[in-house]
Amino acid sequence: MNLWNKLMCYSRRHSPWLFHMNSGSCNGCDIELVASLTPRYDAEQLGVRLEGSPRHADILCITGPVTHNAVKAIHTVYDQVLGPKAVVAIGSCPATTNVFIDSRTLDGPLNKHIPVDVFVPGCPPRPDAIIQGVAKAAEILAARGNNPPATEIVIAETPAEVQP
Amino acid sequence: MNLTTALARLLIFPGLLFAVPAAWFFLWVERKAVALMQGRVGPPFMQPFFDFIKLLGKSTPPRSGVGGLLMRAWPLIAVSAAAGAVGLLPVLPSSGGFEGDLILLLALLELPSMCIIAAGFSSRSIFGEIGSAREAVLSVAYNVVFLLAIVSIAASQHTFRLESLAALPASPMRWLGVLALLVCLPAKLHLNPFSLPNAEQEIYSGPMVEYAGPELAMWELSHGLEWVAATGLVATLAAPYITIWWLAALVFVGLMFAIVLALSTLASATARLAIDTTVRFYWQCTLIFAVLAVSSALFMRLRS
Repeated sequence: MNLWNKLMCYSRRHSPWLFHMNSGSCNGCDIELVASLTPRYDAEQLGVRLEGSPRHADILCITGPVTHNAVKAIHTVYDQVLGPKAVVAIGSCPATTNVFIDSRTLDGPLNKHIPVDVFVPGCPPRPDAIIQGVAKAAEILAARGNNPPATEIVIAETPAEVQP
Repeated sequence: MNLTTALARLLIFPGLLFAVPAAWFFLWVERKAVALMQGRVGPPFMQPFFDFIKLLGKSTPPRSGVGGLLMRAWPLIAVSAAAGAVGLLPVLPSSGGFEGDLILLLALLELPSMCIIAAGFSSRSIFGEIGSAREAVLSVAYNVVFLLAIVSIAASQHTFRLESLAALPASPMRWLGVLALLVCLPAKLHLNPFSLPNAEQEIYSGPMVEYAGPELAMWELSHGLEWVAATGLVATLAAPYITIWWLAALVFVGLMFAIVLALSTLASATARLAIDTTVRFYWQCTLIFAVLAVSSALFMRLRS
């Protein structure tokens, strides 16, 4: 690996820009994702930036159990995020559809539609867990580069609870 | 100024070799100051550099036709204009310059914002077009004050040459002009409270919405270079004239840093204003101020 590739790898690991998408979530995970950027958790220390446009993003964060209406939007947004990219499924809903399982309004779980790299379980997951998931996704992104997504799935463990 | 010194100024100091790291440093200071004001730790020191390298390694969406060509060209034009503006700054005493280089500097400073307007419209995105329209309105509002402040400084000191302006002792008129320039800087650099064109929450970063990868990296770089050029212009006008070159460079960089810190603190302490409030602010409050400065400068010139 030459110097430029090493630098690129290091930069990708230290500058994950997120795009947040809600596919029918109850808003619990969305609130926790935003909480991970607030002063107490401060994800910007890892270079995380929440972007408004999927074109700018490296990591697609999807919450919610994937409703029928959201499927087309998920495909559009996934294609709009430019490579190299990673997908983080936040909460139990995109992983298993959670308590909404067998609902006729759903077309989940998420990995039926797009390749998911990291699952962050929880209903909702703690902000620490979300930050750990994003950091893992950034590592995967750096290791993978421009190669196609691997099939191996990573489940971010919830870190030991730290009482503020 | 011969070719060698011109090239050295454009490429080394205060040109590209100094300006690009300085641009990243100022982008970091901006983010760090906002983080500290919000009680956070903020991004690491090398963050803008990592962002730049990472963006260079991303792919870009396929663009075809003249529109695609233009979209690729705008960020490059913006970067070269901003780098040229930095190269014109007379940091080192007796480093040359020519009659009227202040006018060229103003034109080069204005070019990135023209590119942003054009980029938003050529991206054909509704958010980009709204952002461009706002940028155009904002540019009409603050540029009158900005240009009047420059004209009042030049008229009170009888020259449009940056080198001689830096060498002349500052008059009270010049301080008035510098103050007017400082009021315009937040709008020129799209900072809060005048950050409407690239409002992240309402129009998803406006004209930049369709840009990705290396093109976005160029926009980030041009924004950083604009920081260096705009704060450098104010630092040139406000700095005392020092003949020792290293001290002059040190004072110049120190002043720029102070201005960046003050503007970032202002940005984190204020909320975004609506477009009508912004335009009213520039037209009503500051225009009176700038017109006063110009008329008194002309009056002083007629009397002398």
